[in-house]
Amino acid sequence: MEEKSVNKTNSNGYTFMFAIIMVLVVASVLAFTATSLQPRQYENVRQEKMQSILNTIGIETDRPGAQALYDQYITEEIAIREDGSIAEDVDAFAVDLAKEIKMEDSEQIYPLYVANYEGEEYYIIPLRGNGLWNAIFGYISLEDDINSIKGATFDHLGETPGLGAQITKAWFRESFVGKKIFDETGKLEGVSVVKGGASTDHEVDAISGATITGDGVSTMISERLRHYIPYFQEQTDMKLTE
Amino acid sequence: MDKDKNLTSEEKEAKKKEMILFLSDSEEKESFFSKNNRKLLTDPLDDDNPITVQVLGICSALAITVQLEPAVVMAIAVMAVMAGSNIIVSMLRNLIPSRIRIIVQLVVVAALVALVDQILKAYAYDVSKQLSVFIGLIITNCIVMGRLEAFALGNGVYKSFLDGIGNAAGYGLILIIVAFFRELLGSGKLFGYEILGHQGTTAAESTGLYSMGYENNGLMLLSPMALIVVGLIIWVQRSRNRKLIEEN
Repeated sequence: MEEKSVNKTNSNGYTFMFAIIMVLVVASVLAFTATSLQPRQYENVRQEKMQSILNTIGIETDRPGAQALYDQYITEEIAIREDGSIAEDVDAFAVDLAKEIKMEDSEQIYPLYVANYEGEEYYIIPLRGNGLWNAIFGYISLEDDINSIKGATFDHLGETPGLGAQITKAWFRESFVGKKIFDETGKLEGVSVVKGGASTDHEVDAISGATITGDGVSTMISERLRHYIPYFQEQTDMKLTE
Repeated sequence: MDKDKNLTSEEKEAKKKEMILFLSDSEEKESFFSKNNRKLLTDPLDDDNPITVQVLGICSALAITVQLEPAVVMAIAVMAVMAGSNIIVSMLRNLIPSRIRIIVQLVVVAALVALVDQILKAYAYDVSKQLSVFIGLIITNCIVMGRLEAFALGNGVYKSFLDGIGNAAGYGLILIIVAFFRELLGSGKLFGYEILGHQGTTAAESTGLYSMGYENNGLMLLSPMALIVVGLIIWVQRSRNRKLIEEN
């Protein structure tokens, strides 16, 4: 009896049948869960995006409450082309930066959110770049002088927990507050993540053991902000250069 | 054998019975928390620890022990996955063709982790964000596969469940010990709280130990130090527990 069952499970036919049935069962279970849960997951991602945008200008909210506050404080969603003109027919909120950054600069759409909070106007720019293992992304908000940073949020897909993943932590995000992105002559400096103590308005302290993620943050900020210069030039008297 | 001579024939008989009971897969006859079942839970904590004795799961122990918080999250996640996958593989153990058993185990683990990830993304989004980086680390964690292969394939469902919980606990224990030392010595914090005082850019701005010139050991943040700490744990464990010392 025992021997018979061993023989049965070792036959080629049984092995193939088992593999086929297993793959079909697992695939249909996963496909069913993924499709049936997709609307909920999509809604979560949308709410989180609003939450991050609000966070950069100092509005703390939970995810379900983000929609109401977003409608209240975000006054404009602008889709900008590379030359600084506005793409009227594009929904800026729906622009997926993950796809955009793979395109040529001239074909990309650069979303910009304008907020009005406690009587002040803020410009919020979405960021996306590469960390050590995978994509890093976030938002950075500028005050109406289009130079001082009001706040920043960062997130990542797969940075090392305890090292690169710390870019999401409050102490790292808060170190960007009050930094400047242009120098006195209007040249774009961005904000660099540096080792051994930040000393200027364009530097923040790095995270120990996360050099490549930190460099990724620096590159991401200057690379993304560069594209908004033509648009910002129309809003300010200062001559802006890259 | 010499010892057995001193036993009466009744005692010998009882001992034999015990052996038979132990060898046969007779869960029904055993109480839920019999000695053997309790051993399944407690052995992996010390005598049969997955990291320090079985040497499984070292790679993930290097990656996520920089701070205590991710180590705790990982320990809980691994426990859930091991308990679940051990149960499923144990239920299927008489049906799985032996030639593709490793693939079957891998599919079970990967499907389970992917399924949980999808459900968390829909209903507990914040937890899923916390766990997202661990998904890959769990699927490739050799403890999970190792226990499926070594235990769940040959044992009953309840025992396999206990084995999964026990091994995950033993794994988590080492993870937390390593993370404790790495976070304390590497960044002077525990669970993100500054235990040794605050380190400012100058001595005057610092408090606690840092004002006396103490410096964090940056080496502790790097992966090789996890190996060295695990090595120290093995040393301490073997000097305490003579059973583990190999005879030459």
